[in-house]
Amino acid sequence: MNNFKVLINGIVKENPTFVLLLGMCPTLGTTSSAINGMSMGLATMCVLILSNLIIASIKKLIPDAVRIPSYIVVIASLVTVLQMVIKAYAPDIDKSLGLFIPLIVVNCIILGRAESFAAKNGPIASIFDGIGIGIGFTIALTCLGAVRELLGTGAIFGFTLWGENYGMLMFVLAPGAFLALGYLIVVFNKITKKA
Amino acid sequence: MKKLKSSLTNMLVVLTVITIVAAGVLASVNAVTAPQIEKINADNLAAGIKAVMGSDDIQVSEPWEVDNFTAYDINDKDGNLMGKAVVTTENGFGGPLKVLVGFNTDGDILGYTVLEHQETPGLGAKAGEWFQDKIIGMNPGKNKFTVSKDGGEVDAITASTITSRAFLRAIQNAYDKIIIGLDVSSGASQQASAASMGKPAAIE
Repeated sequence: MNNFKVLINGIVKENPTFVLLLGMCPTLGTTSSAINGMSMGLATMCVLILSNLIIASIKKLIPDAVRIPSYIVVIASLVTVLQMVIKAYAPDIDKSLGLFIPLIVVNCIILGRAESFAAKNGPIASIFDGIGIGIGFTIALTCLGAVRELLGTGAIFGFTLWGENYGMLMFVLAPGAFLALGYLIVVFNKITKKA
Repeated sequence: MKKLKSSLTNMLVVLTVITIVAAGVLASVNAVTAPQIEKINADNLAAGIKAVMGSDDIQVSEPWEVDNFTAYDINDKDGNLMGKAVVTTENGFGGPLKVLVGFNTDGDILGYTVLEHQETPGLGAKAGEWFQDKIIGMNPGKNKFTVSKDGGEVDAITASTITSRAFLRAIQNAYDKIIIGLDVSSGASQQASAASMGKPAAIE
């Protein structure tokens, strides 16, 4: 039950995008379409679960004064491994997301969860935190990507609804990312903070 | 077990061990994935050459290189020269834009594929599909091979003029260097292509 609460906490109460407002660079940068947002969310979730697990397992061996460099080395290695594996076995994903994968290293969600959760909790709870935050991030990026793709190109997940000619191109570009994110946060707050 | 104290020795030992382990993991993963990545790149190139020449029944020569272009002579299955496939690179909006383009013996474009790019997803990254129905059959020596904004015959990708220009320039350079054999860097290409554009019969 406790782990379940951790999981839900990551999706709703501490949703990394809508509540904590962490990791804005990949959030705004990769969500030009729903599928891009979702892939980025899933790739981040992979790294997050593994980094949380590893850091929670070795935290006692790491002296406090060097914990940040140690975490960064762990996270950077995981991301590099992920990048090589994707390049080798999923070249299609690599084509659309190749540029953004190295950016996961500097995604503050990962270091943030390492510091605020994995460094204080056990490995199992940390895995659940990684899954929860990862799902929260993936949902947020997919929503944002879907809204931008729909308004910008008239399609969703690549399926054309009303065609590119009626799209507002701004939503695929950077300003649309900020606007769409702002309105999604409004909607999220409206739903979660009732009464 | 108690947490390790932040003494100098502890910090040195821990950081050293972590980096050594990380380096070991990276090296072993690289050893597994590197041949696979190379194979994928080679397969992509082979499939790409077939796609841009519009035929599966081809013989591909050993690559030959001029400056930063890599060209392949393509023969059909009877050994007759069909044309050339050229790998050409130009600076795009986000970084190098690497295009494989196929020409027939007259220099008409048979097909192209984008091998590597770092263009904006959803915008410049569309170059791979966008130009398929626009430039195939064109001839960079005969058609005005620039975006319509610059007075050319090709529609640029919406909101990605820089990528479009780079893309067309990459193909123009490949044409000038490999098909015509001009010196691209001296600017002679522009004069030459401008001159050849004057042939009225060739313009569609």
